[in-house]
Amino acid sequence: MMNIGVNSLLASVFLLASLSATRADESDFVLKQTPGVDVVEGNCAACHSLDMIQMNYPVQDEKGWAETVGKMVRVMGAPISEDDQKLIIAYLAANYSK
Amino acid sequence: MPSRRQLLSGAAVLLAHAGANRLVGGAAFAAADDLNPAALPAGAREGGVLDTLPGKKPLIKRLYRAPNYETPISVFSEPYTPNDQFFVRWHLSNIPEVNPAEWRLTIGGDGATAPFELSLAQLASDFEQVEVTAVCQCAGNRRGLSNPNVMGIQWGNGAMGNARWSGVRLKDILAKAGLGSDVIEIAFNGGETGAIEETPDYVKSIPVWKALDENTIIATRMNGEALPHWNGFPARIVVPGWVATFWIKQVTDIRALTKPQGGYWMEKAYRIPVGTYSASDRFPTQQNDKNTPITEMVVNSLITNLHDGGTLAVGKPFDVRGIAWDGGYGIAVVDVSTDGGQSWRPAQLGEDLGRFAWRQWSFQLTPAAAGRYAIMARATNTQGESQVSKLIFSPSGYHNNVIQTVAVEAA
Repeated sequence: MMNIGVNSLLASVFLLASLSATRADESDFVLKQTPGVDVVEGNCAACHSLDMIQMNYPVQDEKGWAETVGKMVRVMGAPISEDDQKLIIAYLAANYSK
Repeated sequence: MPSRRQLLSGAAVLLAHAGANRLVGGAAFAAADDLNPAALPAGAREGGVLDTLPGKKPLIKRLYRAPNYETPISVFSEPYTPNDQFFVRWHLSNIPEVNPAEWRLTIGGDGATAPFELSLAQLASDFEQVEVTAVCQCAGNRRGLSNPNVMGIQWGNGAMGNARWSGVRLKDILAKAGLGSDVIEIAFNGGETGAIEETPDYVKSIPVWKALDENTIIATRMNGEALPHWNGFPARIVVPGWVATFWIKQVTDIRALTKPQGGYWMEKAYRIPVGTYSASDRFPTQQNDKNTPITEMVVNSLITNLHDGGTLAVGKPFDVRGIAWDGGYGIAVVDVSTDGGQSWRPAQLGEDLGRFAWRQWSFQLTPAAAGRYAIMARATNTQGESQVSKLIFSPSGYHNNVIQTVAVEAA
């Protein structure tokens, strides 16, 4: 049998409790509220939840985010203006890059 | 602070995991490393919360929309993964609620001279019903463990499951469609579409020889029950041995093609560098000089009841348990090391549930002395292919079958 301390068992119970009590919702995740966040929310959330950005931190640098945004426009058909693309890349580079 | 009510709810989840594990210790460790392995990107660990989709038990949320949820690995102690704990993976965010009375399956394409249509009732009554037990694994399972990390859904170990799939053979359906001798691929379309019209529809094809394999089926049932909505109700394609990108959910359209299926999801996505992996199933009509579609699963294994940082009692026997699987050749042996790979001994293999199923295994360890035990498992299939000791990097994070190491302390 495995031995486990009471403290770590309790810590686990608390952790699971905080994670599992209710049905979560994508609005439970909020991006860092820094300049450009409104442009990111207004464009990216049309097709996918914004935790896609959180999940991929810290995976990419500015170049990687530029490729991702470009793919969303050219491949996935996202109607994002060139100005907004620049703002989104700058926001992601400043807030969610390695 | 969580309320008492929340605490009880959390404890219930904990006990549910303990039931699967038959080990309270294992369940406790499930709270951390089971849900979010330490190697995942920090943001993926933060976002990897337990969340409950309608009709499902709590799963590890990777992405809310499109829904992408993985199974806690303690669930893999069960030989068949329960439907309400089976992982969920969608590419596009519009997922229709299908009315089974109105659902139709269209069989056609430029290589079919006798196109036709089937209702769910016809699918159930007009064809022989068959069953196959098979592992369904997302191509990107373990992407989050890639080194370096790559962009995408940052899966841990749980984007997979083993189930009994039942329905009708695809070859029996195709036999009625008047296939010409020039058919090279069979393509599938399902219910999901993008939020905007411009997003490429998720259409996938497989080589005609794989479509005519007797194990490739259109499944309407999973573990003896109707498919859950999140896993493709009312019907999905099941391609045993191949990664789940081809297992189209809510399938509505099957087309026999005399030319390769085009589009982003075939030409750009789900591809691996040519000549990098040992898997032998090829998809020549979709290959170019640089890359080729990912097809078969590579041989792999997972320890399911121990986690990094766990503790064992000196002098007490402990059964290390796990699973091993491959692309359908069958598992020959699982070797286990308890000393970080210096010495290996074979594990005891569990019941053979079929060559496309995973194989459960166990290995009794009695720690002789206090200290650190680095426990490793290495599966080898009947073709002599084994897991690798160093990751073969793939730009999309596919085919990660690095031998796992779980470090525990005996005290």
